[in-house]
Amino acid sequence: MITVKLGGTLKGTAGGQEAFEVEAANVRQMLTKLESEHPALKPLLAKGVAVAINGQIYRDAWYQPIPPDSEVFLLPQLAGG
Amino acid sequence: MPLDARLDAQDRSFKVVGTRPSRPDGIDKVTGRARFGADMSAPGMLVGKVLRSPHPHARIRSIDASAAEALPGVKAVVTQADFATQDGDLHDTLINVMAGDKALYEGHAVAAVAATTTAIAQKALKLIEVDYEVLPHVTDVDAAMAPDAPLLHDDMVTQGVEPAPSKPSNVAQRHEFGHGDVEAGFAQAEVIVERAFKTEAAHQGYIEPHACLASVGPDGQGELWCCTQGHYMVRNTCAELLGMDISKLRVTASEIGGGFGGKTTVFVEPVALALSRKAGHPVKIVMTRSEVFRATGPTSSSSIWVKVGATKDGRITAGQAELRYQGGAFAGSPVEFGAMSAFACYDLEHINVVGYDVVANRPKQAAYRAPGAPMSAFAIESVISEVADKIGMDPVDFRLKNAAKEGTESAYGPTYGRIGLIETLEAAKAHPNYQAPLGPNQGRGVACGFWFNFGGQTCVNLNINVDGTVALALGTPDIGGSRASMCQMAAEELGIAYDNVRAIVADTSSLGYNDITEGSRTTFSSGLATIEAARDAITRLCERAAIMWGIPADAVVWENGHAKPAGPNAGDFEPLSLAEIAKVSGSTGGPIAGHCEVNAEGAGVSFATHLVDVEVDPETGATEVLRYLVVQDAGKAIHPSYVEGQYQGGAVQGIGWALNEEYIYGEDGRLQNPGFLDYRIPVASDVPMIDTVIVEIPNPGHPYGVRGVGETSIVPPLAAIANAVSHAAGVRMTQVPMSPPRILKAIDEAKANGGPGA
Repeated sequence: MITVKLGGTLKGTAGGQEAFEVEAANVRQMLTKLESEHPALKPLLAKGVAVAINGQIYRDAWYQPIPPDSEVFLLPQLAGG
Repeated sequence: MPLDARLDAQDRSFKVVGTRPSRPDGIDKVTGRARFGADMSAPGMLVGKVLRSPHPHARIRSIDASAAEALPGVKAVVTQADFATQDGDLHDTLINVMAGDKALYEGHAVAAVAATTTAIAQKALKLIEVDYEVLPHVTDVDAAMAPDAPLLHDDMVTQGVEPAPSKPSNVAQRHEFGHGDVEAGFAQAEVIVERAFKTEAAHQGYIEPHACLASVGPDGQGELWCCTQGHYMVRNTCAELLGMDISKLRVTASEIGGGFGGKTTVFVEPVALALSRKAGHPVKIVMTRSEVFRATGPTSSSSIWVKVGATKDGRITAGQAELRYQGGAFAGSPVEFGAMSAFACYDLEHINVVGYDVVANRPKQAAYRAPGAPMSAFAIESVISEVADKIGMDPVDFRLKNAAKEGTESAYGPTYGRIGLIETLEAAKAHPNYQAPLGPNQGRGVACGFWFNFGGQTCVNLNINVDGTVALALGTPDIGGSRASMCQMAAEELGIAYDNVRAIVADTSSLGYNDITEGSRTTFSSGLATIEAARDAITRLCERAAIMWGIPADAVVWENGHAKPAGPNAGDFEPLSLAEIAKVSGSTGGPIAGHCEVNAEGAGVSFATHLVDVEVDPETGATEVLRYLVVQDAGKAIHPSYVEGQYQGGAVQGIGWALNEEYIYGEDGRLQNPGFLDYRIPVASDVPMIDTVIVEIPNPGHPYGVRGVGETSIVPPLAAIANAVSHAAGVRMTQVPMSPPRILKAIDEAKANGGPGA
């Protein structure tokens, strides 16, 4: 079981809930379970999110493993110039 | 592979990486041989011109192009009806490329013509009759948020607000970041500073205007040559807007005369394709400078409120901010990144930042180096320095005492790994500039900055030629010296000379997909892919040597550009050089190449500290920059001169934004200064030599430790210069640009209120 925290704006979009518990071994599993167990997050996830695992930000890595007891944050998709 | 396992051993020594070889594109650029966007031509080519709205906000009742179409020499006229309908992600892109039922800003494209000459095309534009119903407009961000502001979009209801508003407004979204309890934090403070700030919109100021040549044949196959930071993005976007298959459009990126984020979207490219498709001829469009200013993306302008509390011994107890960014006529200002990065330099227990994404009757903003961060850094770093002044603490020491470090819970959420902010502050403090004496009317300013950086999809081919040279095909347009850096990394891995590697930016049909050159990603991600492609080629080279020696491939190692037996048991063979293996490759199995396709993750965040001295003339309000120092963490500098160039370029652009550059709108909602005479960017004589210090805290996500460096350098300058000017003028400056009239006004107001100089 991992705890997924929502960064900033995403928290507001999720009705103020800051964290979600899901059973997942990688990013894809985590996103799929978040979507199925917490339908309110579906529009937010559909827009695209970045995932920070233990401080390292992944923009788009479905099969990145999530080690147990990791710090996991969902963040907005990053952009740059 | 865990990202922290990518980093090579730290005792690794480099032969090519870290040196400063000549740039491969240098001679072409100084002799005029390099071909930029406007330099392409084709037989039978037509000239494309765009009709633009003179009104900042107007309903388009009808467009009658019949007279223009009847003009001899006119081959095609297009409007939005000539593009594919867009309901998804490209809806706003299409409307920005060509207006539909409303013109949303002065300069908004309404129609376009293709004709045999420029004169005929311009005459044709005058013959197009557009029936406008002029609507009230708004260009200021605070005015756009007012309850009675003219609405740009009747269906825009603010997202991120609970409960959802019952009425539309010009606020597209509310964002919020932070942690802790700011009220509790402020209750612990002994000193609190609270201020409001404004920043004006600045353009990226690239010297080369947007330009392209499009050619669509009767079979529906299209080719496009253009200046862009991302030709794969151009291909995919244009194909969607034109209703074409991606495979039917081939895009070649020209040399680029500056981008800085502004060439990460499309403007005239789909228009030229639509005209070419309709006319049956190639069509070239080159924007005028006025069009670049009026119709491409500057930054957001902003209105910001900041509150910071601290104890008298220099510990920040809370930081709070409200950011309002207008991003032009469409949702999507970078306020979210401004909010995320606002307090990213600090290790704070209590932070709250709210951001509002606001629309106004201005051109759609485009990315500009670390989009959104310079504005929030201007406000926050100004207040941080003011707090330091109030408690009588050195501004660098104050920042050191509160600096984010490994293990800090960042302002935007995740915990930092190894970062280098403290090292940049210590290097700034140790630099001679920090001890240089200051004279009358002179002031010193310091500020820090942060940017995320990212990697992204990247594809590299590395081909070994039979003479032992190497051809490197990249898919990321070179906007800052990336070809040189990639050649260095390939040469380093292969163990050959830098001059034996030549890099090109391949077209979209020659190489797999690559994300845009943006987000400070190219040296990190294309570099990572180049290293992996070289290592792939080395595997092939070792296999060929093994065949030639008749031993197993795993009994061969690659050292110093040669295949060698792995040990005494592998056999006694003379090492084979890359050139020797390549020379007979046709007889040992065919061409030798290395490839890498990757979605590069693991780009490390980057921090910088800037230190600036200025002199303000109290009679004229003019500011002279006396000294400027950039200290930034590069992770590992592949080509130090290019890294320094990025640092210096960010500082110079920041000086322009801080002191001169701004979009000035009249009451009529029209841009008053769409040219380089009235919108003045710094030239060489305006700035001193920008001093640089490269800090190298390796990024564990890259074999050599590279972090992106292209964006962070634009984050601190507004604040660093504002702090310096405020100290020099004796009055806190709260609006950029700090043009002479604004500085004089601030000095006069301070005198009137009994402040300095009274």
